[in-house]
Amino acid sequence: MTEVEETMKRIQGHKGVIGIIVANTEGIPIRTTLDNATTVQYCGLLNRVADNARICIRDIDPTNELTFIRIRSRHHEIMIAPEKDYMLAVIQDPVA
Amino acid sequence: MPAKGNPKGRATSDAASSTGRPARSKRFSVAGRPLFTKDDDNATEMGDGHDDDWTQPKSLVKPDDQLQLTEAELKEEFTRILTANNPHAPQNIVRYNFKDCQFKQISSVDQLAIHFALDGNMIHKESDEARRQMARGAQADANEQASEKAEGEKPADEDGEKEGEKEADVPEDGGVTPAPGASAGGSDKKLTNQFNYSERASQTYNNPHRERGCATEPPPRATFAGSITQWEIYDAYQEDFEKQEKNKDKKVVAGRKDEESKRKKLTVVDNQSDDITRVATAAKIVERMVNQNTFEDVALDFKYYEDQSDEYRDQEGTLLPLWKFSHEKAKKLAVTSLCWSPKFMDFFVVGHGSYDFLKQNQGLIQFCSLKNPSYPEYIFQTDSGVMSLDFHAEQPYLVCVGFYDGSVGVFNVVENKTGPIFMSTAKTGKHTDPVWQVRWQKEDLDYNLNFYSVSTDGRVSSWTLIKNELHHYDVIRLQLDDVPAEGPDGTVIDTLGGGTAFDFHKEKDYLFLVGTEEGMIYVCSKAYSSTFLDKFAAHHMAVYRVAWNTFHPQIYMTCSADWTVKIWDRTNSKKEPVFTFDLNSAVGDVAWAPYSSTVFAAVTADGKCHVFDLNVNKYEPICDQLVTPKKKTKLTHIAFNPKYPVIVVGDDRGYVTSLKLSPNLRKMPKEKKGQEQMKPAEKEAQRREFEIAKMDKLLAMVRQQDKNQPT
Repeated sequence: MTEVEETMKRIQGHKGVIGIIVANTEGIPIRTTLDNATTVQYCGLLNRVADNARICIRDIDPTNELTFIRIRSRHHEIMIAPEKDYMLAVIQDPVA
Repeated sequence: MPAKGNPKGRATSDAASSTGRPARSKRFSVAGRPLFTKDDDNATEMGDGHDDDWTQPKSLVKPDDQLQLTEAELKEEFTRILTANNPHAPQNIVRYNFKDCQFKQISSVDQLAIHFALDGNMIHKESDEARRQMARGAQADANEQASEKAEGEKPADEDGEKEGEKEADVPEDGGVTPAPGASAGGSDKKLTNQFNYSERASQTYNNPHRERGCATEPPPRATFAGSITQWEIYDAYQEDFEKQEKNKDKKVVAGRKDEESKRKKLTVVDNQSDDITRVATAAKIVERMVNQNTFEDVALDFKYYEDQSDEYRDQEGTLLPLWKFSHEKAKKLAVTSLCWSPKFMDFFVVGHGSYDFLKQNQGLIQFCSLKNPSYPEYIFQTDSGVMSLDFHAEQPYLVCVGFYDGSVGVFNVVENKTGPIFMSTAKTGKHTDPVWQVRWQKEDLDYNLNFYSVSTDGRVSSWTLIKNELHHYDVIRLQLDDVPAEGPDGTVIDTLGGGTAFDFHKEKDYLFLVGTEEGMIYVCSKAYSSTFLDKFAAHHMAVYRVAWNTFHPQIYMTCSADWTVKIWDRTNSKKEPVFTFDLNSAVGDVAWAPYSSTVFAAVTADGKCHVFDLNVNKYEPICDQLVTPKKKTKLTHIAFNPKYPVIVVGDDRGYVTSLKLSPNLRKMPKEKKGQEQMKPAEKEAQRREFEIAKMDKLLAMVRQQDKNQPT
């Protein structure tokens, strides 16, 4: 088991974490801990959010780069880390 | 001239010109010849009287519409003056005058007008040229006459003319006719008619025009559309720029090609490998964030919480427990050492081992971050228990470690994530007893990294990292007595004190202190390996820690298993401690605060953490708090964070607890007016002076008391 997988396993085991999704730039999920339908839904939507956020940041200053998005909602916190080719999203319930 | 399809017409005109011209030339040039020959049909133009018979009689021809004028009108005179001026000549010719550099009108205009010009070929009869021609003509006539005579003799036939000529030539050659003119004329040939030529032309067929073309299949078309943003353009330029830079490098270093190709291969391999590794950093960050969410209250406490009750509680403070660090592998392994990273303020390293002689097993090194309290950043398992470790100040990824079995090692968290990069062996002079403390030193003259270690085998050793080996030499041996002990069989053995702790002076590079198992303090210098600057009995039991004050150069502190913490003044010749504190339990560790010269903290075996501020209270700790859940748990070590008001304490069950100092425990001097404008270095110096003065004041007070007491 690689270091990353260990890390992801730890994250998954953490209190309040609902799911982890790794998706590529097209929004196609590669790894997920959620069920299929939810994963597909999250991937499609989060990919667009990340893209738009990136466009926003880079249009303001092309030398800048989006590194992270945290979305806080009433029920969840969604953390999106857009890497070069992949996107890591973690959904956590911080209150739990 | 008609061009095409009428060759006949042209032929006739040619014939006309060919026949007409010689006839005319003949007439003008050959004067003596009779004017009329039968074939001379063009001679009419001469208009001689002979032709009048066929010309019409002269008659007045009037145009029909001629104006009828009366006699008077006819007689009327019109005066006309004829001038020599040409009416058509231009009056305003200008020419550029180079002399005057301007255009000037030319006054004299050429008035000559030529209405008709014909070059004649008549020659005056008496001119030289005419005479010459006549002479020639006469001769030719003579020849002709001669030939005519010959013709007359012979029957004349059509084709006999040439023969006649030949015959006529023959007598000439033979010299029968002795005409001197004829003989001269023979050489002087008749002029050939240079105008006697015929013009011929022919037209070739024109090649028929032909046009050829062919149509190819049209290239496939595709509709392409896309939106472009500013940053995409920026990225493209950046990429191009990088490519150009790369090309430049390539040109400079030709030998690098191989490496580059290798690298390319490597990257290709990387791409093929498990794609999930690319999110490694992201995963790490997310893990920290998840932790932050979970321990949000703790994080907020760390940053913002200040104990309000401090204001009402006189001079006393509290410790607020923050995160607790534990790892399942570290359970039942006592924390034997703690060290904050000098560079990353959230980062510290924990050494795990065992203080129990009978229960020795594996050791563990954990690199923890306050940002991720649930899991260590790096973890190393060792065969022997870890007893001590130290972060390198300049290279914060290097950690030197001392083990229970006496060996020392160096770990590099960046380079090797599984084991040490250096390790001493029995051959390379490892200690024979546990290494109780290690400490990095300044680089030596050859810029090699080196560190010191102290062990209960009585040696203080220096270890130098050269290439891939550890070289060592003993700096000093901690002799107990000046006289070596004699064994029962007469052998002489140096009795050595077991060193358990040392500390290096903050300013004087050579000076260091060593505490021993016997409770002795040795004041040593790196310059002398055989003698000590000083040595005295400080405690009744093993010294667990010696520590120089952060600011004051003469003050140091020791703690011991004999329940006491003592503070010493190096200038005091009586070898008596300035302060002694009894903490009612074995003191595992003490540490000076990095922010004040009078604050220090100690941890004891009964699970308590004691914080003192001598400036506030010289006799009692200002904070005395149980920080372990169970009273049985012994606290072993403590370390102050270099920047934040946070301490970490380790216990013998493998837990590390971080605690926040309440405001009363970290009183700092108020910033004076005008201090804001000072440079950081000046500020630091001033602060240093202030801290030293604070300690000095305290010392003076104690001395005063000492003096007063005996009297």
